[in-house]
Amino acid sequence: MSPQTTDVLVIGSGFGGAIPAYHLAAAGARVTVLERGPRLATEDFTHDLDLGAYPRIVDVIKGDGISVVAGNCVGGGSVVYFAASLRAPSFVFDRRDASGRRLWPASLSRAALDPWYEQVEQALPVTKLDWPDVSYAGGVLAAACDRAGHTCNPVPVAVDRARCTDCNWMLSGCRFGAKRSMLLNYLPAAEAHGAEIRPLHEVQLIRPSTVPGYRYAVDYTTVDPADYTCPTGAGTLHTKVLVLAAGAVGTPVLLQRSALALGGVPPAVGGYFSGNGDRVSVAELDEGKVRSLLGLARSATVAYEALHIGMPITAASFDRLDARAPEFSRFTLQQIYFPTVTNSLAQTAGGRWSGVAKKQMRARWRSWLTVLAMTEDEAEGSFGVPPLTGSFTRLANGLGLGTMRFAPTAGTRRGWSEADTHARAVLERDGLATVRPWSEDVAGTVTAHPLASCRLGDSAAISALTELNELRTHPGLFVTDGAAVPTSLTVNPSLTIAALAERACPAIAARCAQYGVAVRYAPSDPLTGATRGGDIAAAARAVAARAGA
Amino acid sequence: MEPLPGIDRRAMLRGLAAAVAALPALGTMAAPAAAAPAAAATLGSWPVSTLEAFADTLVPGERRSPSDRAIAGAASGPGAVQAGVITLLTSPDLPLNPLLPGIAALLDARATAYAISRLILLPLDRPPFVGLSFDHRTTLVTGLFRADDLDRPIWQLLAFLVGLAFDTAAHRHTAQALAEGHPGLVWTGFPQPDADGLWRYPSHSYGTALAEPHPATTPSGSPA
Ligand SMILES: Cc1cc2nc3c(=O)[nH]c(=O)nc-3n(C[C@H](O)[C@H](O)[C@H](O)COP(=O)(O)OP(=O)(O)OC[C@H]3O[C@@H](n4cnc5c(N)ncnc54)[C@H](O)[C@@H]3O)c2cc1C
Repeated sequence: MSPQTTDVLVIGSGFGGAIPAYHLAAAGARVTVLERGPRLATEDFTHDLDLGAYPRIVDVIKGDGISVVAGNCVGGGSVVYFAASLRAPSFVFDRRDASGRRLWPASLSRAALDPWYEQVEQALPVTKLDWPDVSYAGGVLAAACDRAGHTCNPVPVAVDRARCTDCNWMLSGCRFGAKRSMLLNYLPAAEAHGAEIRPLHEVQLIRPSTVPGYRYAVDYTTVDPADYTCPTGAGTLHTKVLVLAAGAVGTPVLLQRSALALGGVPPAVGGYFSGNGDRVSVAELDEGKVRSLLGLARSATVAYEALHIGMPITAASFDRLDARAPEFSRFTLQQIYFPTVTNSLAQTAGGRWSGVAKKQMRARWRSWLTVLAMTEDEAEGSFGVPPLTGSFTRLANGLGLGTMRFAPTAGTRRGWSEADTHARAVLERDGLATVRPWSEDVAGTVTAHPLASCRLGDSAAISALTELNELRTHPGLFVTDGAAVPTSLTVNPSLTIAALAERACPAIAARCAQYGVAVRYAPSDPLTGATRGGDIAAAARAVAARAGA
Repeated sequence: MEPLPGIDRRAMLRGLAAAVAALPALGTMAAPAAAAPAAAATLGSWPVSTLEAFADTLVPGERRSPSDRAIAGAASGPGAVQAGVITLLTSPDLPLNPLLPGIAALLDARATAYAISRLILLPLDRPPFVGLSFDHRTTLVTGLFRADDLDRPIWQLLAFLVGLAFDTAAHRHTAQALAEGHPGLVWTGFPQPDADGLWRYPSHSYGTALAEPHPATTPSGSPA
């Protein structure tokens, strides 16, 4: 039997995988995508909290001191995410470590990334919300910010508002085809250019290929669609260029397991894990004061009671993103809804997440307002010895035990404390609400925004990737997912992950050309196929030049 | 009857997953429990009441009858037990079934140690944890979640599932659970779907500008 081969093998199909899959396929390369999770279409998504439903496409992975929520399906996190699409503020790109080293490469600033951000905003596309799109919950945060002398913005989202029903089931995938996930743009466009997407294929090992002309061999198992703990087969694919985009909790584990076979990987692989400084708090609103202090009511009798209504993220305050403010004091405060899956984590006034008072608090669930602060952390997490297979030990569909450990440093704790103080100043003013962060007892700190576990940078001492996302020790092996983002972002990360993946594409294409794959890359729109000129084309030429094309 | 080969393989893999999962107590208990699948299928009444009492400590409810021992009766209205926590824990969607007797035994062992250290006399007609008062159950359970507790990951996982039973009716389709009046969903005020079983909110916004946007917002709506 002749070996299976491809020009570009992409591992994972979230933002980091789908984008290179499209551009390299459009450039003329043979592209194969291996995705661990199943493939669902719009009509397959259900409004259901049954354990047989959303755990098919989303995993909770519990580590030591941190738990991560992440997508597990074709389209990855883009299928289950909340679609808030924000560019990271300028100061983030200037962050330095304790010894004064830049954490981002010198070539990357907000201005340098702006053309790539714009490319993604047009491709998804992203919609700027207006106030009538802002949920009741977002409205309460906005009005409370205003009353406390702060600003508050409607948040741009990757949602087609004409199709959206404001159902608030985004974690379950979008049943109405409104959320602009990778299933509706980059992935079908990649397939239109001949890319092959293979769901239920979990990659286990990366090693050098023994097939002449091919650089990397990737071993995978196929998994049972009803029970992901159950392998159903195995195979190997040989590729000229490898794009690793298994997500920030998948990518480092794969590289760790493959280290021996690959002859070593950079020491920064699996270090510097960041939860994006995520800090969730529940504010219990006093309904009477929503009316009397904020002047808000949704009917004659009801002021709020609307936690469950509308898109999960609609409003955010940027007031604490001042570039001149000291590190660990800068963050975005955002309104967010979490499905009742997380209700256990909310704390009562007495600081308890269980017991009688907590049960009483549950009876007031509709009057909760959940807020997410995204702060500056120190990327202090790390991954331990990898499990025998997969990225974590899977206990059931939707549930796993990971090897990551996160013990918050004083700096990270300072960031959280600043955010807590600010949230209280805004929401507890005159008794509008009582605000308490989620308990860390049940799950450690919880993040849906894992980052930085295989980060890019200029210094080999603190980064695993070159400034163009290539693994330092392994030419032709690129990492383009959240693992590559070097620091927490103080905003939701998807747009930055996507923009960096876009920016890596001309560099990946340059490697393809070097390895004898006939490619013609040009930045283009996945929905229309139209080639882009202007700033984006210039940025692409600059990247290609640095990549030695 | 021999179990189907497919099912056997699944049980083995799950046992293995638990064993390598850095859960010391689960790991050692998985082996004997998994070797006796028949025992797991019919979870005895002692482990059931121990697990019920644990769930009731987290989400307390009223007694099902005056003779109810597992539920301490610390709160009015339904708790995790009424919400179906045992049905969830024994659900085929989770691999926990063979491990439950071991987990209950672990909790009872902790209860015995707790009682001895405080000179509490435990009744002999019920599992040790069930023999504790609600306040003592609460103190004991709080301690299980301290960072230095070796078995903490087990209690964290169990607590997560108890919460799921009450807050999400995780063992039922949500629309169906609501139609049946699932106690947890009713307690929290979980909304009803439209007639087709899907949720939609035509009214979802106060509809007017409620704050000034940040002056440095860029054209796409991001911070500068
Ligand atoms: C509930 C939720 C809400 C969120 N809301 C927002 C939001 O509003 N805005 C925002 O910006 N961000 C949001 N995020 C975060 C965002 O979804 C992630 O940052 C983003 O999806 C990460 O992209 P990625 O490409 O790095 O990884 P992912 O999207 O996680 O993709 C990785 C893919 O690789 C697959 N994979 C992993 N291991 C393997 C393997 N061994 N073999 C094959 N395939 C593998 C996974 O199944 C997955 O599909 C949210 C996340 C969640 C979970």
